[in-house]
Amino acid sequence: MYTNQTVIFKNKPVIIGSYSIVGPKEWKGNFGPYFNYVMKDDCFGEKSYEKAEMKMLKTAIVGAIEDAKIKASDVNLLLSGDLLNQIISSSYAARDFDFAFLGLFGACSTMAESMAVAASIIDGKEFDTIVCSTGSHFSTAERQFRFPLELGNQRPPTSQWTVTGAGACVISSKGVGPRITMATFGKVIDFGVNDVNDMGAAMAPAAMDTMLAHFRDTKTTPDDYDLIVTGDLGKLGSEILIDLMEDQGIKLGLNYNDCGQMYYTRNQNTFSGGSGCGCSATVLNSFIMKKLRSGEYKKVLFMPTGALMSTTATQQGETIPGVCHAIVLECDESVKNIKISQTSNRNVKNKKEEKTNRTSISKSNEKNIKSNRLN
Amino acid sequence: MDKSMDIKKRNEMYNNYVQAKIPKTKAWPSLFYSFLVGGIICCIGQGINDLILLWFPNMAEQSAWAYTLIVLIFIASFLTGIGVYDKIGKFAGGGSIVPITGFSNSITSPALEYKHEGIIYGICVKMFTIAGPVIVSGVVASFIVGLIYLFI
Repeated sequence: MYTNQTVIFKNKPVIIGSYSIVGPKEWKGNFGPYFNYVMKDDCFGEKSYEKAEMKMLKTAIVGAIEDAKIKASDVNLLLSGDLLNQIISSSYAARDFDFAFLGLFGACSTMAESMAVAASIIDGKEFDTIVCSTGSHFSTAERQFRFPLELGNQRPPTSQWTVTGAGACVISSKGVGPRITMATFGKVIDFGVNDVNDMGAAMAPAAMDTMLAHFRDTKTTPDDYDLIVTGDLGKLGSEILIDLMEDQGIKLGLNYNDCGQMYYTRNQNTFSGGSGCGCSATVLNSFIMKKLRSGEYKKVLFMPTGALMSTTATQQGETIPGVCHAIVLECDESVKNIKISQTSNRNVKNKKEEKTNRTSISKSNEKNIKSNRLN
Repeated sequence: MDKSMDIKKRNEMYNNYVQAKIPKTKAWPSLFYSFLVGGIICCIGQGINDLILLWFPNMAEQSAWAYTLIVLIFIASFLTGIGVYDKIGKFAGGGSIVPITGFSNSITSPALEYKHEGIIYGICVKMFTIAGPVIVSGVVASFIVGLIYLFI
């Protein structure tokens, strides 16, 4: 069933497995304790950062399949994308797997894009099990979009830090786990921003457009969700989104937050926050998925945004168009009725909660995570 | 036509709104640090120059300047290689870009970055991606100055 831009799934595809892998800087961030695997260094034992990104994606896909407790032969299709030219990380990671591959490009919105496409295919009963994955690497993104790493230049305060990390999840027609109930596919929106160091402002209008379309099509309000989370608008972009939505008459409350804004701690010098495909992918496949599985979050609107730019286009004077895809994730029926003592508090600022969680969990987790490291 | 005008107006309003919202870089602290670090680099250069003249008293002053530049360029390349120069740059901004050490950094850093693409297609081709414009404008400027010199 669909209304304008939104698909409401009849069969509600299930996310049966998820996996996230990050670099050391991300591990020190606010979501540190929730990730499955932490790389010892950014190179991940490979010769170049591009190769490291491919290996990261491969590890995430294998991890998600293991987490889902299925065999690789059960997987019908892999949907994946990344930030590099010709999405090489995804395609090169896919050559080591024995299932069909569809490459997607939605810049940093790829996680929601792939999950929405996968859910649509599964809901139409065409395929049974689909793996969605995406990732990004700070060093490869810097090289592609900005300057060499060792160049001694300064970053402007609006700039964001590309997350080194990859996330993958397995979506199936049956099983236990969080369900994808709706998906809103976004339009490409361009409000004429041409500052490549200010992605938040370029993408916020796209987030607004998709959010409005979603609330209109599904007749829901922000209060219907435990968490509304955008991908990588950053500190500035999410403030702009709140302002834009207020202009449209919708007030985003404390249940709204942004993955990029929450990602790093204040003293990690990332200015506006995290960005990249890996930003939303790793948060979704670690923190959000865990909270959905435990039933702490009952209904989450996940809507990462992507800036569809290339250096060639911006150098030729083009502006930066943005796109945003939204999916609604609901926790499984079996955990829906479990009462959690924190339920009433769950809308309290995530960031604070994160920090307190981190201090208590991180020490005990530190050993576990370290022993998890492969190399 | 009307619609495109509307979009233009909307974009203009949005851009103005964003410009007002963007956190500004604090000018005075940045200026202070860049002058501080730039000044220190210049002092180091002068020190090297004096030392060269002290150790080699017979050297002409002009060739001492050339050796000073070579030493500074080497130091900056070395610091880039061990990953220190970008940290200085983050702190100093223009202070570490404007002296010749910044030029050295802008050639060494792409060479390091693209070494995986091979010596010719990686290092040789990409080495001047950042310093290229500086060299071109230097050559053009010296050409113009040469022309003026020829006719005066």
